Amino acid sequence: MVKHRLQRNIQYGILVVLGLCFLLPLFWILLASFDTNAQQGIKFPNFTLDNFSAVLGDSGNLRSFGVGIILSGGQATLVVLASVLAAYPLSRYEMRFKKSFLLSILFMTALPITAVMVPVFQMFLFFKLQNSIFATMLFLTSSSLPYGIWMMKSFMDSVPIDLEEAAWIDGASVWGGLRRIVAPLMLPGIATIAIFTFSGSWGNFFVPYILLQTPEKLPASVTIYQFFGSHGMVEYGRLAAFSLLYTMPSVVLYMFSQRYMSKGFSMGGATKG
Amino acid sequence: MKRKSRGAFLFLTPSVLLLLIFFIVPIILTICFAFTNMALTGSAARNLQFIGFQNFTNMFQDPDFRISVLRTLVFLIFSAVIGQVVLGFILALLMKEKNVTFRRIIGIIVIAGWVTPEIVVAFCMVAFFSDNGSLNQIIGWFGIRPVSWLFSFPMVSVIIANIWHGTAFSMMVYQSALDEIPKDIEEAATIDGASNFKILSYITIPMVKGSIVTNMMLVTLQTLGVFTLIYTMTGGGPGTATQTLPVFMYNQAFVNYQFGYGTAISLVLLVIGIVASLFYMKSMKVKV
Repeated sequence: MVKHRLQRNIQYGILVVLGLCFLLPLFWILLASFDTNAQQGIKFPNFTLDNFSAVLGDSGNLRSFGVGIILSGGQATLVVLASVLAAYPLSRYEMRFKKSFLLSILFMTALPITAVMVPVFQMFLFFKLQNSIFATMLFLTSSSLPYGIWMMKSFMDSVPIDLEEAAWIDGASVWGGLRRIVAPLMLPGIATIAIFTFSGSWGNFFVPYILLQTPEKLPASVTIYQFFGSHGMVEYGRLAAFSLLYTMPSVVLYMFSQRYMSKGFSMGGATKG
Repeated sequence: MKRKSRGAFLFLTPSVLLLLIFFIVPIILTICFAFTNMALTGSAARNLQFIGFQNFTNMFQDPDFRISVLRTLVFLIFSAVIGQVVLGFILALLMKEKNVTFRRIIGIIVIAGWVTPEIVVAFCMVAFFSDNGSLNQIIGWFGIRPVSWLFSFPMVSVIIANIWHGTAFSMMVYQSALDEIPKDIEEAATIDGASNFKILSYITIPMVKGSIVTNMMLVTLQTLGVFTLIYTMTGGGPGTATQTLPVFMYNQAFVNYQFGYGTAISLVLLVIGIVASLFYMKSMKVKV
């Protein structure tokens, strides 16, 4: 028993040390963002909110957040729309190429997007699409579409078909059934996919860095990098504040998605009883 | 009731079109461009030619290419396999059956690094490893003299950064896998006098083997594509010390404007990715 207790305490000890290692870099950025004179190391801050007001007072920074919201929000919307539509026949009908289609989709979810960026840039150059936010959004949409379709199909599989059949008997069309019965029932799944897509794209640096050029079209991820390169070495506090503000949506959306995930699906009960 | 319907194909059109234009075509272009001398400047810019395997013969003779393959391997093995997969498993294992609040706090801390966007991770880590950064402060308490981590140990720095950013994913995968092991199996083994180590190696690990393999493939694939973290932390340097394949590809295509050569490197990445994806799918044993 004593041995067991000792072992448990050692395990707690290891976890505390690991936790501290993971905490340290984030703890620094938190302190630095509230410090008038932030340095590279951890120190007690000279408390101020100036860093945040300076970042939020700059119209260029605000615009980069706006561009990010348009880019990622547009992408999330398109992914949800296209994948709900695609998931419907994949979930509800027998089709000849269904199996190979689904396997290709799964295959595409795993491929590293990094590997196709050079030819994608060429393609954008050729069709004069470079520096177009909309075209970038379409490319980002396609890059996260395989994952969206795969997830959406499995969410849709768990919506019982009986409900739709009842609607059809009452005269609803296939489209009406999808829109009024299936989509509302899988709202948690739709929200999860939208959140995952948005967060993934919000944090993406490489794609907009390659495909967008003029400063007013760059999302926050690229703006932070430029800040980093130009005067980041002096203004640690401001860069930390900018980074924290930029990280907030990812954190909030993650917490939101956890709530959806834990709620799970309770629609199985709709057909029983 | 599953029905056959032609109309349902229409629902697939938007997705199929998007995937064709922005996913399939770029892959085909990668294969085509890799055999050309495409460049943005110089004579090749006006005079695009099919040059056969020349990019590849150049590539395999290029010492920079060979060394970036090696660096990619080092980065993969240490930051993906040893780092995330092993550390994630250790975290999940240690957190099993611990105090709920404690578990939650550690979980939140580790996941925070995962939720943080790559560019912010890079910024935190550059500060952490800088000459006056937190790491040197801490080793200073033990009387160790400061080290220029990003210059003397750049690969170690980017590997640690990637571990910090990625481990939470593996941890969560293993946590849910470990939760599914019925408690009585391990209890029975304990009563029979099996040591913790034996329980771990003969019961726990074999029972979550499937998740370990799948997770390992997925983490490897993600790590293979890591560009942002390395590029923004070190720019592939100092010199070429952290130039993995994605960074090498970027430098050839967008710094030296050798698009043909850059695409040939992309193709190598793509082929490695395809092989790894096939293993990943095989490990999942999906039924569709």
